[in-house]
Amino acid sequence: MASVSIIPSGDYKTSYGSDTTIFPTRTSRNFAILGVVLLLACPAFMDRYWLSLLIQISYLGIAALGLNILVGFTGQISIGHSAFFGFGAFASAWLSNSVGVPVALAIPLAGVITTLVGLLFGMPAARLKGLYLAIATLAAQYILQDFFARADWFTGGTAGTIAEPLTIFGFAFDTDERFFYVALVALVVMYILATNLMRTRDGRALVAVRDHYLSAEIMGINLTKYRTMSFGISAFYAGIGGALYAHYLQFVSVEGFTILFSIQFLGMIIIGGLGSIMGTLMGTAFMVFLPEAMQALTKLVSGTALDTALNLKDNIAFLREMSIGLVIILFLVFEPDGLAHRWKQIKAYWKLYPFSH
Amino acid sequence: MTLLFQLLVNGLIVGALYGVVAMSFVLIYKASRIVNFAQGEFLLIGAWTCWWLLTHWQLPFWIGFPITLAFMLAFGVILQIVVLRPMIGEPIISVIMVTIGLSIVFQAAMKWMFGVFAKPFPPIFASPTVNLFGLEVQTVYVMSLLISILIMAGFGWFFKYSRTGLAMRATAFDQQVAQSLGISVRHMFAMSWAISAMVSAVAGVTVGVVNGVSSALSFFGIKVFPAVILGGLDSVIGAVVGGLIVGVLENMAHYLDSQWLNWGNMYEIAPFYVLIAILMIKPYGLFGTKDIERV
Repeated sequence: MASVSIIPSGDYKTSYGSDTTIFPTRTSRNFAILGVVLLLACPAFMDRYWLSLLIQISYLGIAALGLNILVGFTGQISIGHSAFFGFGAFASAWLSNSVGVPVALAIPLAGVITTLVGLLFGMPAARLKGLYLAIATLAAQYILQDFFARADWFTGGTAGTIAEPLTIFGFAFDTDERFFYVALVALVVMYILATNLMRTRDGRALVAVRDHYLSAEIMGINLTKYRTMSFGISAFYAGIGGALYAHYLQFVSVEGFTILFSIQFLGMIIIGGLGSIMGTLMGTAFMVFLPEAMQALTKLVSGTALDTALNLKDNIAFLREMSIGLVIILFLVFEPDGLAHRWKQIKAYWKLYPFSH
Repeated sequence: MTLLFQLLVNGLIVGALYGVVAMSFVLIYKASRIVNFAQGEFLLIGAWTCWWLLTHWQLPFWIGFPITLAFMLAFGVILQIVVLRPMIGEPIISVIMVTIGLSIVFQAAMKWMFGVFAKPFPPIFASPTVNLFGLEVQTVYVMSLLISILIMAGFGWFFKYSRTGLAMRATAFDQQVAQSLGISVRHMFAMSWAISAMVSAVAGVTVGVVNGVSSALSFFGIKVFPAVILGGLDSVIGAVVGGLIVGVLENMAHYLDSQWLNWGNMYEIAPFYVLIAILMIKPYGLFGTKDIERV
């Protein structure tokens, strides 16, 4: 069915292949390629500020995708994702600073190390589910945060640690324009990997564990294996995201990886849509642009009575924090399936246009 | 040795407060199966409200405190009706995330309104310390312990003898059966949130009087998790026992740490190690009921 260029008005799939294909139509594939090409041209006409936002979206998007594999596809809950993100950042910095591994290798290696840590904390995950697991990961968050503050050899303690910029064959990706390409390549590769994972036997097993774990077990799916595996994959993505973050900012401080950051990750996947890969990216973009929107909003009302009454200028940090919580609540109450669901509805509307009713 | 004893007493006093907060956490969980991650913010809101009434309006404690409780009662009911009621029947992750979202919103709002620095309560007692069995103890500590015991006894009476308490237990046992006996399950849900908010506010004010009010108060809401997991998520007695154990445990960990280990920060972190250990060994806690799943 790859020859179809527009979405057909109904389901005319005749093979499993056409059901699991990434791009249902030729147009959607062309548009995806066009999107990537347009993004490649971004550094030519965007200023550094916008580029830095886009880079943020890519490394956060990679980490959030890991969380979505865990929460959205496997149905496990984790409130400690930022700790793994932080671990990846420190691991990569440590590998390149102390062990002397070149940065290009340190980033994937950091992912692997974070996977091992994730598996360690994922061990309770094999036995626990639902809110017990949520509480266990909450404990993991605090334990790892404490570890960051204490392990001077690994994280540089309270002073933080410096991370070398990524260098390949003597070419340093140390400016926003250059690093943008690294982030974009990493983003595309990680998203394609995840999409393909979900089309394999293992990916379907994860979804089966989420939908009804008892039935899944009866069908011969090893629950312990897949729950732990999902934890490992999620930690791997977090580690890669964290490592990119470290080598982008070239400095990692121990204070950043708080529970609020973990909640932000959860917010991204809820806003984007649990169990949707493209939704993750939309949710991440939403979460990154939210503080900017708050900033713009404050600028808009500055000088008015509202501004003086609430003293917005000094309290913008609290406004941002509040907006994160509010957006999560509002999405859960009004659009629990997230932006991905909205997008699907828009597509469904145009699919049958003008006879949509 | 005196240090050890002092820490033990401290642990019991703080543990009793943990127990009170854990109890109000368990109350919500038992009645409506909602894990409330915003429990710590109830303490925070209660403490700030009381502080505001006492300092800004210069009200005496015995007027300001009941007003705070009344406010928290209304607050709990409104919160349940507006935010949590639409979430009935939603998957567990959504419910958890809503309470987490609430906790972020409240915490930021409190910081916005009252600032980030700890502010002391106006003194409530004439003499700062009393002599108890030859040990100088701060009056507020004695008060806090007395209040905790009072609340626990109150809970015991409430669930054993009062009509509402019995109705609440029936709701927790089986919602459908309770409904067919003429109990309004919706009222019980709202009531459980109201009582929980009120009791947490008492704990919040108590801690505020001892340590001053600041956003650090909301950390009680996190510390509650080791306590309730230890005691069993759906056991009120377990919450009290768990709270006391966690209170003593963190002080003992602090003692061990300061005397021999010198790792630092054990006071904060030890309960979480214990939490993971319990989850690995006995996830349903000391007094919790074990889930039996049938297909």
